[in-house]
Amino acid sequence: MPATILLIDDEQGFVDTMSKRLIKRGLTVNIACGGEEGIAILESSQTIDVVVLDVKMPGLNGIDVLKAIKATYPLVEVIMLTGHATVESAIEGMKFGAFDYMLKPCVIEELLEKIDEAYDKKQTHETKIIEARARHIELRRGD
Amino acid sequence: MSSPSYYQGLAKTMMFTIILVSFAPLFLITLIVGYQYSVAYKEKVVAHMRELVLKHDQNVDSYLDEKVAEILVLADMGGVASFHDEANLEVLHNSLVRRHGSDFVDLGLVNSQGVQVAYSGPFKLRDANYADADWFKAVKKHQVYVSDVFLGLRGFPHFIIAVLLEAGGQEWVLRTTLDFIAFNKLVENIHVGETGMAFIINRKGDFQTTPRRDMTAEVPFLKCLIKGQNGHLDLVRGRTTMVTEINPSTGQETIFMTSPIKNGNWIMVYQQETSDAFSDLNQARNLAAVILLLGGIGITLMAFFMSRRMARKVEVSDLEKDMMNEQVIEAGKLASVGELAAGIAHEINNPVAIMVEEAGWIQDLLDEGLDKFDNKHEIQRALTQIRSQGTRCKDITHKLLSFARKIDPTIKRVALNGLVQEMVLLCEQRAKFANVHIKTNLSDSIQDVAASPSELQQVFLNLINNAIDAMDPGGGELNITTRMDNGVVLVSIADTGCGIPKANLSRIFDPFFTTKPVGKGTGLGLSIIYGIVNKMGGGITVKSVLDEGTDFILQLPSAGGVEVVQSKDSIPRLLTTNMRI
Repeated sequence: MPATILLIDDEQGFVDTMSKRLIKRGLTVNIACGGEEGIAILESSQTIDVVVLDVKMPGLNGIDVLKAIKATYPLVEVIMLTGHATVESAIEGMKFGAFDYMLKPCVIEELLEKIDEAYDKKQTHETKIIEARARHIELRRGD
Repeated sequence: MSSPSYYQGLAKTMMFTIILVSFAPLFLITLIVGYQYSVAYKEKVVAHMRELVLKHDQNVDSYLDEKVAEILVLADMGGVASFHDEANLEVLHNSLVRRHGSDFVDLGLVNSQGVQVAYSGPFKLRDANYADADWFKAVKKHQVYVSDVFLGLRGFPHFIIAVLLEAGGQEWVLRTTLDFIAFNKLVENIHVGETGMAFIINRKGDFQTTPRRDMTAEVPFLKCLIKGQNGHLDLVRGRTTMVTEINPSTGQETIFMTSPIKNGNWIMVYQQETSDAFSDLNQARNLAAVILLLGGIGITLMAFFMSRRMARKVEVSDLEKDMMNEQVIEAGKLASVGELAAGIAHEINNPVAIMVEEAGWIQDLLDEGLDKFDNKHEIQRALTQIRSQGTRCKDITHKLLSFARKIDPTIKRVALNGLVQEMVLLCEQRAKFANVHIKTNLSDSIQDVAASPSELQQVFLNLINNAIDAMDPGGGELNITTRMDNGVVLVSIADTGCGIPKANLSRIFDPFFTTKPVGKGTGLGLSIIYGIVNKMGGGITVKSVLDEGTDFILQLPSAGGVEVVQSKDSIPRLLTTNMRI
């Protein structure tokens, strides 16, 4: 099953075109034009696997959005997109639990690859959690 | 400020200060000490003269008294009978000559008819008739009489002492002639300086001694002098009297010291030309004048050259400072551009990213085939998007270029509102990402200011950048206001940032003062602003409340009568704008 992603960037033109290209490559894409909108979509859909997030945005910036996502949905993986000048903030993002960062403009294939990796990681985590829960239930039964 | 007349004025001020400060004490000391010295010296000289005159005065008086006393002794001891005997008279005379030198020239006895009955001396004067002589008349009145100097029967200047005797109911007169030369020596020796000399005259102005030089020309003047003294007889009685008059015969100012002798019948006159009497003083005065003159010339020359050299040094250092200032402003400008770079890079990066994505999308569509769905239409849309994003890039680079041109310090008439808006535009992107909302409240009625536009850009860019930095985490509101106040253009740039602590408030305009971490700020921004605004003749004030915000207020003098210098590049720029329309 292909990943469901959420694209957050303040540039409408960028979000539109990028989403078209990703959809063409078989992904389910949600789009948001700002941090607040992104968090709202994340809450309402609950099926998002990977968030692609621009670091520099007016209003709630990338790092704030990342913190909010990781606080509520620790399993959702976040890939940061950044211009050259904000590499430091991307690295800071990694500290706050982002999966990886990419420089804007990026090659679509590389981005797809990153999304796949992030999706894999998320699935691995989820599988592990499910296994752990199952073991927990087994143990309780064994009582 | 740096015009040549300013430095000339500076040199002049310095020169006059040096001259005044060095010359005043010199002048004062010379004047005061010179005055004191001259007063003291004059007093001393006059006192000395007085002393001299008094001493000789007494000498003359005592000489006369002595001679009179001797004759009186002779008269008391001898008696008329012994004087009548010529042989006896000669013995007495010889005795006098032997004991008193040649003072007593002769000795004679005169009867009441004025006929000299007995005589001893070098002249043949026996039987000479003195009945009409002044002294003979006077002695009958005064008993003892000392005559003035006169030529008499012998035709030779002399004076006599006559004593009235009484014997056998008849009056006799014993007379003696005193040696005029010996008497003369008493005053002849008074000889001071070049012109100082003494002589004795009687009330009628006849010389009683021979002056050292011919003084006949001065007699009327001396008579006048003595007459003047007669009016103040008590002054004369007070012994010496000093008068300073122009001597008509020599034309020189002369000191006359007069003193009465012989009961006021004679007057001892001491006279000396003032210039001679005070010659030492005059020499000292001349020396002081020469020193003062030379010192004055020296001081003036030194002051002139030194002040010129100093002014030149100040000029050179001002020039260096100006050059340094320009370099600092240039450096500061580059630094501000660097600060802008983050915002600008993102600003350019965004359209670039869109263009790249659109290009990728077109590729995707081409791979799919043009005939499918409405791909052709979609490509059209993508191309439009690429074009519009390209234009966006161009606008950004133009905005940046308009700022980053080299600093041009030429003063022009600047419409401030337009310039402020340009700068706000330039900073807008940065403000957006820092969540700063820029509000402008620009009054339409403000006048143009005279300034270098590129320097003013620098001022506003730095202030706006600072304001955005001050509100960094959290954002806030930046209010830019322009208005007129008393003919001065006021620009307020107020943020709602962290504010400036009181301790730092006095140092914010110092160069290299920064609270930013190393490598983030140069500490030059505000000092450059201060320099630029000061140069314009404007001012800058700061109001800051900690945690509430800071308000920078610029007071810029309006251009007023400043000539409008047409900006060379404003016309072509206008043309391009028109062409685009």
